[in-house]
Amino acid sequence: MKILVCISHVPDTTSRINFVNGDAEFDKNGVQFVINPNDEFGLTRAIWFKEKQGASVTVINVGLAETEATIRKALAIGADEAIRVNANPTDGFFVAKQIAEIVKNNSYDLVIAGKESLDDNGGMVPGMIAALLGTNFVNSCTGIEIDGNTAKVTREIDGGKETLSASLPLVIAGQKGIVEEKDLRIPNMRGIMTARTKQITVTEPVGAAQNTKTVKFEKPAPKSAVKLVSPDNLDELINLLHNEAKVI
Amino acid sequence: MSIIIYAESAEGKLKKVAFELASYAKKVADQTGTTVTAVTVNANDVSALGTYGVSKVLKVTDDKLKSFSARGYANVVKQAAQKEGAKIVLVASTTDSLYLAPLLAIGLEAGYASNVVALPENISPFVVKRNAYSMKAFSYTEITTDVKLLAIAKNSFGLVESAASLSEESFAPELSDADFSVKVESVEKITGKVTIADAEVVVSGGRGLKGPENWGMLEELAEVLGAATACSKPVSDLGWRPHSEHVGQTGKPVASNLYIAVGISGAIQHIAGINASKVKVAINTDPEAPFFKVADYGVVGDAFEVVPKLTEKLKAFKAQNS
Repeated sequence: MKILVCISHVPDTTSRINFVNGDAEFDKNGVQFVINPNDEFGLTRAIWFKEKQGASVTVINVGLAETEATIRKALAIGADEAIRVNANPTDGFFVAKQIAEIVKNNSYDLVIAGKESLDDNGGMVPGMIAALLGTNFVNSCTGIEIDGNTAKVTREIDGGKETLSASLPLVIAGQKGIVEEKDLRIPNMRGIMTARTKQITVTEPVGAAQNTKTVKFEKPAPKSAVKLVSPDNLDELINLLHNEAKVI
Repeated sequence: MSIIIYAESAEGKLKKVAFELASYAKKVADQTGTTVTAVTVNANDVSALGTYGVSKVLKVTDDKLKSFSARGYANVVKQAAQKEGAKIVLVASTTDSLYLAPLLAIGLEAGYASNVVALPENISPFVVKRNAYSMKAFSYTEITTDVKLLAIAKNSFGLVESAASLSEESFAPELSDADFSVKVESVEKITGKVTIADAEVVVSGGRGLKGPENWGMLEELAEVLGAATACSKPVSDLGWRPHSEHVGQTGKPVASNLYIAVGISGAIQHIAGINASKVKVAINTDPEAPFFKVADYGVVGDAFEVVPKLTEKLKAFKAQNS
């Protein structure tokens, strides 16, 4: 089985978010970048398939040379090889188009991406890849088993979960649950050493229309100070929630 | 040329998000001088959409669409949009609509913006304001394609009545076997409990509650408020509560009217996930807890005393005001 895992290079979850260039660009200064958490859950499941059922795992990233440290981390965790499409990921459609092109030329059985990235929160790349290729797709995936040519997949729905079956090739958008937090792997020294010798193939992007563009960013307005209520005067809290905030 | 909305239903009944979407669409239709058409799938009574400004409903009734199929449903909305010549297509931010939206975007060759939190900033060029960086920032996104697809963020707009005379038309889009190649085997729904996605009020607990055995008082508070219960990441990592209750940047997002955080210090990742809630209350013994910086109201005190007392007082309040 050939698995392709799409990884996004995003600011660490603890990062302070600031913008530069007249609020048109994210301020990378002092920011630590990581594998997008939703992608890392999927990557870990892919490694599980490799170890338990036999699979090759390729990771792909659409990004400039700066993302290579993040790609190396994925290799150190256990991916066999990597592809970097050498382009600035301008929008979700552009990224999906690049990845769909690679999938078309390499016939992967399973494509795993995170359900959304922590930076753009677009939640569109995996579905667009599937739609561009005309393959089966499951979103918000919290579990996947593969038996021969058939996948059994669970997805989160509002207020519960749904179990689906689909034949390969398949694209899934993973999230926490596809593996648990405790199953995530910290690369060990051997993994880091081996990763240095693994291949990162750099390819140039194919043309894609630019459907959306970010004009500018804005930070939420600072909040007014909290109104503190004494624990001995909870009637006042109810009064504020009822008459001032009007939420109860 | 009308605006198309996909008005979601469950068991034949339109969801509240359908009316919110209609309210939003009507405002945009007024700005752009057009009307709103809704497409529904296996919904029974759709007349209430007229109250929120929808002037036409394309009713799809098809047994094949009984179970949700992202491809099938995307195809339905695509054909409805094409039939109406719609330039603006709107969906809600439910799990099903967010599942079908990227497929629909490709089908319509539409530029797609998700997490949209306000009416379009500008119509030409078409610019929308959306959540980004896990609600730590907004991004103003221009959609440059002829057809535009938006997913409107939860609880970002609200209901606005605007009566329109409604016409209903049955609509039978062409569907193929490929639209049903992902098959639903089973559905498990938690019944009798308010879900985090639908909840107007969410009561959430953190490590300050000391152990899973102490969740009873939180559940009682939630019950009085008709609220869903949730928890912070450490609590779900420790196995005190199921993952489905974990809210935050890597858990479920919350956009409720009222979010009550009990014994949650307020790590930046937690705040990011719940920040879209309109009113936030913190109950914590530590006055330095970061949650107080983002809360609207706070009680510095012991949750084990405050929560039961608050529940009693709310019971009395509800009894008086119902």
